[in-house]
Amino acid sequence: MKLKLEKRPEPSRLMLYASPVGAVIVTMIVGAIIFSIIGYDGLGAVYQVFIAPVATSYKWSDVAIKASPLILIGVGLAVGNRAAIWNIGAEGQYVVGALAGAGIGLLTQNATGPWILPLMILAGIIGGAIWGAIPAWLRTSFNVNETLSSLMLTYVAIHLMNYLVTGPWKDPTGFSFPQTPLVTADQTLPIIIPGTQIHLGVAITLVIAVVMWLLMTRSVFGFQIRVVGSAPQAARHGGFSHKQTVWLAFLLSGGMAGLAGIFEVCGPFSQISLGFPQNYGFTAIIVAFLGRLNPLGVILAGIVLAITYVGGDMAQSALQLPNASKGIFQAMMLFFLLASDILVRYRLRLVRRAPAAVSATVPERSAA
Amino acid sequence: MDASLPPRLEVVGISKSFPGVLANDHVSFAVQPGEIHALLGENGAGKSTLVKMIYGIMQPDAGEIRWDGQPVVVAHPRAARRLGIGMVFQHFSLFEALTVLENIALGMDAKIPQRELETKIREVMQTYGLTLDPHRIVSTLSVGERQRIEIVRALLLDPRLLIMDEPTSVLTPQEVDQLFDVLRQLAKEGCSILYISHKLHEIKALCDTATILRGGRVVDTIDPKVETSRSMAEKMIGAGLKDIQKPAGRAFGGEKLVVKGLSMPGEGHFGVALKDISFSVRAGEIFGIAGVAGNGQNALLLALDGEVIGHDAGAVILDGEAVGRENAKQRRLRGLCTVPEERNGHAAVADFSLADNAVLTGRDRLGMVISGMLRSGVARDFTGKVISTFSVKATGAGATAGSLSGGNLQKYIMGREILQNPKVLVVSQPTWGVDAGAAATIHQAIVDLAVAGSAIVVISQDLDELLALSDTLAVINTGRLSKPIPIGDVSIQELGLLMGGVHGEAPTPPAEKELADVV
Repeated sequence: MKLKLEKRPEPSRLMLYASPVGAVIVTMIVGAIIFSIIGYDGLGAVYQVFIAPVATSYKWSDVAIKASPLILIGVGLAVGNRAAIWNIGAEGQYVVGALAGAGIGLLTQNATGPWILPLMILAGIIGGAIWGAIPAWLRTSFNVNETLSSLMLTYVAIHLMNYLVTGPWKDPTGFSFPQTPLVTADQTLPIIIPGTQIHLGVAITLVIAVVMWLLMTRSVFGFQIRVVGSAPQAARHGGFSHKQTVWLAFLLSGGMAGLAGIFEVCGPFSQISLGFPQNYGFTAIIVAFLGRLNPLGVILAGIVLAITYVGGDMAQSALQLPNASKGIFQAMMLFFLLASDILVRYRLRLVRRAPAAVSATVPERSAA
Repeated sequence: MDASLPPRLEVVGISKSFPGVLANDHVSFAVQPGEIHALLGENGAGKSTLVKMIYGIMQPDAGEIRWDGQPVVVAHPRAARRLGIGMVFQHFSLFEALTVLENIALGMDAKIPQRELETKIREVMQTYGLTLDPHRIVSTLSVGERQRIEIVRALLLDPRLLIMDEPTSVLTPQEVDQLFDVLRQLAKEGCSILYISHKLHEIKALCDTATILRGGRVVDTIDPKVETSRSMAEKMIGAGLKDIQKPAGRAFGGEKLVVKGLSMPGEGHFGVALKDISFSVRAGEIFGIAGVAGNGQNALLLALDGEVIGHDAGAVILDGEAVGRENAKQRRLRGLCTVPEERNGHAAVADFSLADNAVLTGRDRLGMVISGMLRSGVARDFTGKVISTFSVKATGAGATAGSLSGGNLQKYIMGREILQNPKVLVVSQPTWGVDAGAAATIHQAIVDLAVAGSAIVVISQDLDELLALSDTLAVINTGRLSKPIPIGDVSIQELGLLMGGVHGEAPTPPAEKELADVV
């Protein structure tokens, strides 16, 4: 008797949707065990990280605020990943978008008017898109692997931010703290639910996610993205340019990461400080995959990951869990998701007799 | 063949199932010593599964394999080789960067010193007239020569049964003749040969007995020498075969596709460059392009349909317009439709629905797009039309392309392009891996489209197909195209020489030289 993986005739739709749920559950179980082993209250940790933010109603607004950038970046990455174009540098695009918007903010410190906020937002989108354009250009012109270039550009972006925040853009009235001046009233996203921190950016994020879902499922653009990702040669046959798709994917995901960045500046952060990068750009990779690269799924996945952000902070104060523990939970989620995804195309089966050994020198041929 | 001896190989009541398919259903047949025995059947009839079990790659679910009358379990290919079963696969497993000798050494179960091995290889080659320099690097060899390595590799083990899986699909007619000589000599020496093919004239020419498989079952065991190709084909597909209805003496219209001095560098490391290709196709004409695989057929298709764009606008002229600088979408809008040879991943996307696959090439010509949004209803209706017109076996427009059998998917792809009413249709290997029934449907559809006034280019390795379809024929070899020959003036001998790379010379004297070179 032994377990054998057997290819399914068709990918299982049930498993496609069950595997993210399963991944979250397995993460909780394994997380509880690990933290118990290293001497913490494992069950308590899982409760704090996954359940407490949901059970505590005043934390919901925190979850929404954290989910917004994750969803926004995640939707952009989902589009690129669908086309098998791997943008790992959303964190950098997020930072540069924030910097571009904040730059406009510095120039308009003494101005007033309703035009200022839209201008900052536009600058944020363009900033992120430009940072995304660099790996796209390197890929399409020199065939440089976009995974590496986009990742490395993240560190360039963070150093650029450190330089600006500690140098030229430092708030002159900020007691020498490395941070930009606070945004003005005209530069701040309005709160849409009174009594909470939930700002206009959260609503815009949801609208964008739904629009992107429509585009991905109903438009030629979405078709192009899907066909380039599934079968690049067929895409070429159908008249879709791979280069153009690389550009579209990077400009879109970069622009959305930039938008998330400027939303943070004009929303919860109100400024850029050294602690501005929150790893949203990296966590959004998990969000995109957990959401099955489907913009609507990304909304749900964004909320789940936002819960771990909020819960991680709660666990830190309640159980003195180290801050890195939420990273462990998030990483386990992606790991278990990728592992359980094999069940979409394969199924487990018990076999009685051991299958015959196949000699290594004669590769197996496909059946007629 | 001595009737008193037990059969060399006997297969009794073998069954094998895969999830959703019964690949072999109580298959029984026997191969006598020294017999050349054909396994005949359409794609998916279960031939490959059956020989994989004989060669020990798979195990049967039920039934028995007997070797010289004794029941045996062939646990793995090494066990098969120990019994004396050799196999030459359709696709070779060779390392391009190594020499012939090194490749053979790598495939041996026993470690033999190089010098000894080389002597043995030379012996085998001499016995069977297989010339090949053991020190040549494989990447410099032709496909026929590579196959010879595999044959030598199998012969080194003194096999008593040699399994050949579709061995001639990559050979020129001359190379096929040489291969048959080797096989006949082997049989005369007592080696049994199990010859898998769906090429009926080859089986008639070579084999003593043929076992016909259909849907995983043995439907008949026959003597191919007394059967006609037609009767064998009908047994193979289980139905009557329709002839291509092609009106004689059609008049052709104006030139729809003109290719003038088309050159293109090879794509990637192994791509074949196109060199100065010129031909023209008139309305109503079917222009056949023959050639051994890997001589630039794919590059030609890509250059014609705009997937690869050249520098010279005038190199491709479509209905009077120079389109050489236009991309695939623009050319398609002008009425150029194409069917590439690879179905999965090139002509169609396996995990997309048939309706989405209609969108892939039909969206602009058939109004499936309004201001950037897809009209899924139009795509579904069109897909339904393709399915019914070309009797594609599919559960509907929502079925994924990957769920269709090869033949059905090919019918769908052909139908998708033909129902777009192209001015020019370029198809590559239209019936490659397709069963005889579907092939007949596809051939008739191509002829009907030509009769309706489209210009058609058929690129194929199957000479029978080209001879049946074409009005004009040319041969592609190492990226060059021969002069077009009207179908009435074509000789198989000349085609074979052109496929082997002899251009524009008188066919008689080089024939001998060519044979001497290749053998």
